[in-house]
Amino acid sequence: MSEGPAEPVTDVRGTGIPVRGNDIDTDQIIPARFMKVVSFDGLGQFAFFDQRFDDEDNQKEHPFNDERFQGASILVVNANFGCGSSREHAPQALMRWGIDAIVGESFAEIFAGNCLALGIPTVTTDEDTVRTLQDWIDDNPDASIDVDIAAERVSYDGTEIEVTVDESQRRALVDGVWDTTALMRSNAGTVREVAESLPYIELEG
Amino acid sequence: MSEGTLYDKVWENHTVAELPTGQTQLFVGLHLIHEVTSPQAFGMLEERDMEVAYPELTHATVDHIVPTGDQSRPYVDEAAEEMMRALEQNAHAANIDLADPTTGRQGIVHVIGPEEGLTQPGMTIVCGDSHTSTHGAFGALAFGIGTSQIRDVLATQSIAMEKQHVRRIEVSGSLGKGVEAKDVILEIIRRLGTDGGVGYVYEYAGDVIESLDMEGRMSICNMSIEGGARAGYVNPDETTYAFLRETDRFRDDAAAFESLLPYWQSIRSDPDATYDDVVHIDGSELEPVVTWGTTPGQGVGITQPIPDPEALPADKRQSAREAQAHMRVTPGETMEGYEIDVAFLGSCTNARLPDLRRAAGIVEGRVVHPSVRALAVPGSQRVKAAAEAEGLDDIFTDAGFEWRGAGCSMCLGMNPDQLEGDEACASSSNRNFVGRQGSKDGRTVLMNPQMVAAAAIKGHVTDVRRLPEVVSV
Ligand code: SF4
Repeated sequence: MSEGPAEPVTDVRGTGIPVRGNDIDTDQIIPARFMKVVSFDGLGQFAFFDQRFDDEDNQKEHPFNDERFQGASILVVNANFGCGSSREHAPQALMRWGIDAIVGESFAEIFAGNCLALGIPTVTTDEDTVRTLQDWIDDNPDASIDVDIAAERVSYDGTEIEVTVDESQRRALVDGVWDTTALMRSNAGTVREVAESLPYIELEG
Repeated sequence: MSEGTLYDKVWENHTVAELPTGQTQLFVGLHLIHEVTSPQAFGMLEERDMEVAYPELTHATVDHIVPTGDQSRPYVDEAAEEMMRALEQNAHAANIDLADPTTGRQGIVHVIGPEEGLTQPGMTIVCGDSHTSTHGAFGALAFGIGTSQIRDVLATQSIAMEKQHVRRIEVSGSLGKGVEAKDVILEIIRRLGTDGGVGYVYEYAGDVIESLDMEGRMSICNMSIEGGARAGYVNPDETTYAFLRETDRFRDDAAAFESLLPYWQSIRSDPDATYDDVVHIDGSELEPVVTWGTTPGQGVGITQPIPDPEALPADKRQSAREAQAHMRVTPGETMEGYEIDVAFLGSCTNARLPDLRRAAGIVEGRVVHPSVRALAVPGSQRVKAAAEAEGLDDIFTDAGFEWRGAGCSMCLGMNPDQLEGDEACASSSNRNFVGRQGSKDGRTVLMNPQMVAAAAIKGHVTDVRRLPEVVSV
């Protein structure tokens, strides 16, 4: 059992929220105009903003507006979620809204990487299983779902489904080594050696 | 797996450790930052009570939000002013060099790095901006990173990465009149697709690439990311060394230049290097390329017909249909005659001195079409000063172009230069995504700078090679 520098994420528990549709890109998750900020704080309120509000700022129908799903932490999505621009504002907005784990059919690679950097697991399963889970959440918005990263299993209401967690993601989360900053900082001595070995580097002090 | 390429060599000599995640910890030789993606990273650093580990290896500038007109402070746009202040505070607190507009060195980050000689062969270079691939033109390993990775770099001068494959793209022959580096990369993306480079680093080679100046090589490497490749590079050669000799870094320090030269030569790909893939393109066949759609891969030669979506591979049809509806183009026709409202000469792809010179060559003695708003926006304050020293500003303004201050300008809608409504724009930038230039109904047609100049004159997209001669009066 390796002791990592970050909090291990082995198991996430909470109520669910379904957001349906394939190819939901990061522009939909957080429109570019909300990127003109100096901090990620407060980005949560802008998650899916253009899907949630019309031009006159009236609420539209969207799970993130739905009373029943306020307080949910497990987002359940369909295929190719998070495609498009690499902006980290997207997972940041979701996380700050309250999302701790995402279950879906598939994820865009950079998006999944950005989630991992925040300790948010992105676990996958097949289309039918996802749909069944989404429908179940609609009927049971207050019921708890358990995402077990180590065992690659999602359980709800006595049902257990097998999910896939990318191997390096699983290791990173379970061993608590998803925090690359802490991980790489522990090699500070070697960093300096590499710096000194390179002819073009001039260090101060 | 590739072996003996520049990528392999630079990867290896910058490797710090193999991480338990299976990724490699790579040392970062040069870190560039700008106002949009860095403040959150500084915030995260502060949250954890960490300091910038190697401030001398990070350089900052302001480009995305900076107005290209009135630059007096505070900026009219409060959000822009706030971002600028955050950058100033962060740079100051961490002792990081900031090329702000008062220094005369400010500009688009991918223009000023090379200009100052910060960008050198055999380096690893990162920036929180996807067009960092530009710096690969010097034989550096350069790629865009996300905000958490910026935090990693500030705290550890390293990033965690997986090694990629290397694809060599050989462009043989020579380019015809009116055909530029921009057309080469638009053609590459058109052929290989916007996701063709996913998982790859591109090595650009062949007679066409070798005969390009550094600015042309930068235009090509710049758009590697539009082809899906996070990095692209050209092996350093005499052209590279000659450029470096004239930069701030080496102009007055010949000894430093001589001492680094052997390193630069040593990291070139070996003649017998192994690649994961090789692609050939005959550069002599190319003509000016323009986009007809809303991704950089939806391009076509100026004399060629816009494709029929129904004749495209199944996975490309729907996006082609939507793109053509948005752009209001007709399959079977060429892009010749497509009316434009705005001509934008700028961006990190094509706003360096030779780009402006070639465009000025087209504009000289002609006037901008009365229905066109034309902007010439130098990539940096230095490009601007150099262009003015040769009188290019007069050529542009005499013709009816606005001659503006340095910045990203109308490449993206984060500063006052934006498209309005459904305006169509002939643009020398790199992205034609819906909404990219500030209006969700705006229409962007990507092309080389000479083609932008020609479109500005005619009021519509046109083949610069067939522009009638200027009749002197
Ligand atoms: S010019 Fe455009 S592509 Fe280049 S850095 Fe600025 S916004 Fe990005």
